[in-house]
Amino acid sequence: MNLHEYQAKEILARYGVPVPPGKVAYTPDEAKRIAEELGKRVVIKAQVHVGGRGKAGGVKLADTPAEAYEKAQAILGMNIKGLTVKKVLVAEAVDIAKEYYAGLILDRAQKRVVLMLSKEGGVDIEEVAAERPEAIHKFWIDPHKGFRAFEAREMVKQAGLEGNLNKIAQVLVALYRAYEGVDASIAEINPLVVTTDGQIVAADAKIVLDDNALFRHPDLAELREIEAEHPLEVEASNYGFAYVKLQGSIGIIGNGAGLVMYTLDLVNRVGGKPANFLDIGGGAKADVVYNALKVVLKDPDVKGVFLNIFGGITRADEVAKGVIRALEEGLLTKPVVMRVAGTAEEEAKRLLEGKPIYMYPTSIEAAKAIVAMVGGAA
Amino acid sequence: MILVNRETRVLVQGITGREGQFHTQQMLEYGTKVVAGVTPGKGGSEVLGLPVYDTVKEAVAHHAIDASIIFVPAPAAADAALEAAHAGIPLIVLITEGIPTLDMVRAVEEIKALGSRLIGGNCPGIISAEESKIGIMPGHVFKRGKVGLISRSGTLTYEAAAALSQAGIGTTTTVGIGGDPVIGTTFKDLLPLFNEDPETEAVVLIGEIGGSDEEEAAAWIKANMKKPVVGFIGGRSAPKGKRMGHAGAIIMGNVGTPESKLKAFAEAGIPVADTIDEIVELVKKALG
Repeated sequence: MNLHEYQAKEILARYGVPVPPGKVAYTPDEAKRIAEELGKRVVIKAQVHVGGRGKAGGVKLADTPAEAYEKAQAILGMNIKGLTVKKVLVAEAVDIAKEYYAGLILDRAQKRVVLMLSKEGGVDIEEVAAERPEAIHKFWIDPHKGFRAFEAREMVKQAGLEGNLNKIAQVLVALYRAYEGVDASIAEINPLVVTTDGQIVAADAKIVLDDNALFRHPDLAELREIEAEHPLEVEASNYGFAYVKLQGSIGIIGNGAGLVMYTLDLVNRVGGKPANFLDIGGGAKADVVYNALKVVLKDPDVKGVFLNIFGGITRADEVAKGVIRALEEGLLTKPVVMRVAGTAEEEAKRLLEGKPIYMYPTSIEAAKAIVAMVGGAA
Repeated sequence: MILVNRETRVLVQGITGREGQFHTQQMLEYGTKVVAGVTPGKGGSEVLGLPVYDTVKEAVAHHAIDASIIFVPAPAAADAALEAAHAGIPLIVLITEGIPTLDMVRAVEEIKALGSRLIGGNCPGIISAEESKIGIMPGHVFKRGKVGLISRSGTLTYEAAAALSQAGIGTTTTVGIGGDPVIGTTFKDLLPLFNEDPETEAVVLIGEIGGSDEEEAAAWIKANMKKPVVGFIGGRSAPKGKRMGHAGAIIMGNVGTPESKLKAFAEAGIPVADTIDEIVELVKKALG
């Protein structure tokens, strides 16, 4: 789950990372009032779950409260990459002497969290990583010992960061404690600023939370913003489906993430474009299949559905019963092709005999059929 | 055949739960030697005629145990795996999905230091065809044969095994290593075992987008593998930055792309199948 910059900064501040004073505003009036309270030059920053806010015009400086009102008015309601800006962060502008990068992320190959530190902050770190990997210094943190102050100091020296050594090291230690404390999967300060008067502050921050650990952070789970997600993704997640909205026209349903990914790949290979990824999971009963069809067919982009089932723990006849219920309730307004194999395959085929469902013996034949029915790439 | 055979004595952690009970029944029917179960607080009871203990320590005091399979819910799953490792169980199969990643980061390192092998989490387990299964896969699709199978996926593995069985090739041992970002055992860890297994004549490696385990496996194969390997990559059409069902099936930045994996396989001379049927064809070709 992605957090907004202001939420990430609130968390970091709780763990002892200095952040510029600021508050969230939902209206230009609020922005003006916050600027008055701060009594200094402020920066107004769009709070939306998408990168590249600055380039899109979602970040502006304001010298006076009146200007803060104007700038907030311009940013609020702005559309950034399809998302409407509903709130802005109004924070004290910092006088930058140096801009660094500090980030924590899981290194899957090393099976440890890695701290990345670079003198080249304030820019896209992935570009730095691609062009000059030597500019990024890495330290793999022992999960049982944690990240110690001396290790942080050594890192700061190694990366060649200038400024108060102890203060920067403290920020890095606090960043790791925050990462562990909220069960993050990414925690990033970019830029980590050394101000002209020698202070160290996190001028921008990003935290992504591990969805699997949200159960132990109910306060953070509440920060999930339904309106920022695709409505069908919300509906699917309420049914417990793994669902991803895609750009094409063919609805895809299958059991098992691997099989669904394979089905997407096959449809693509034969010239079609999947409208979604939907995994009904293992051991699904008829009602689960019915609900999956309901969600997928609600998508106006969907012109046909490919249901791909390999029965293991999931029984193919249960799947067939779900399809029949959807059929009887008039839900199947678009062509449905189906491929079933494995446990209770014969029963499923018997149940579906004579029904207006297109059955194919293999995944590839079913993929070709649905693409022929709804047409290829638009 | 690797890791598991008909003699392997198995403990079930979380045996009294719905999943634990159902799959214990399935394993017993398959021929797996399940000897006991553990559920904290349910010690002294019985499930399917098997004794249930409160702790793994008590279970190992009463039974010789070679492996444990874990059906404990996600919040307590990593703890259960650590309990098994501390009790000295050499092979631990963690089925549970949805375990917090940092729990796994801590557990994987500690379990390794204790000398146990962890398979999973979020995996279907291990099956040595027609001998024993420590997992949740439908046993009947696995016919005994020549191919070792390692996979990050569940259903797709059953598909591949069924296709190999139908083609008369069959499998030796199949290991579902799991779909999470941090797992106990990766492709690279299992390849040496298949390399030395006299019964295994070829290996099929079913990978997917996300991480770099396929790339590492390819490098190991190029340098060490004596047997033919056939590869497969799922999620080749998946968009970047989107989690495709498995927590680990996500392309982050430039890491985990299908292009990188296909390139690594090509450099190691590993033929890659685009479909399940092609897996069978490529294995046939490799076996000559």
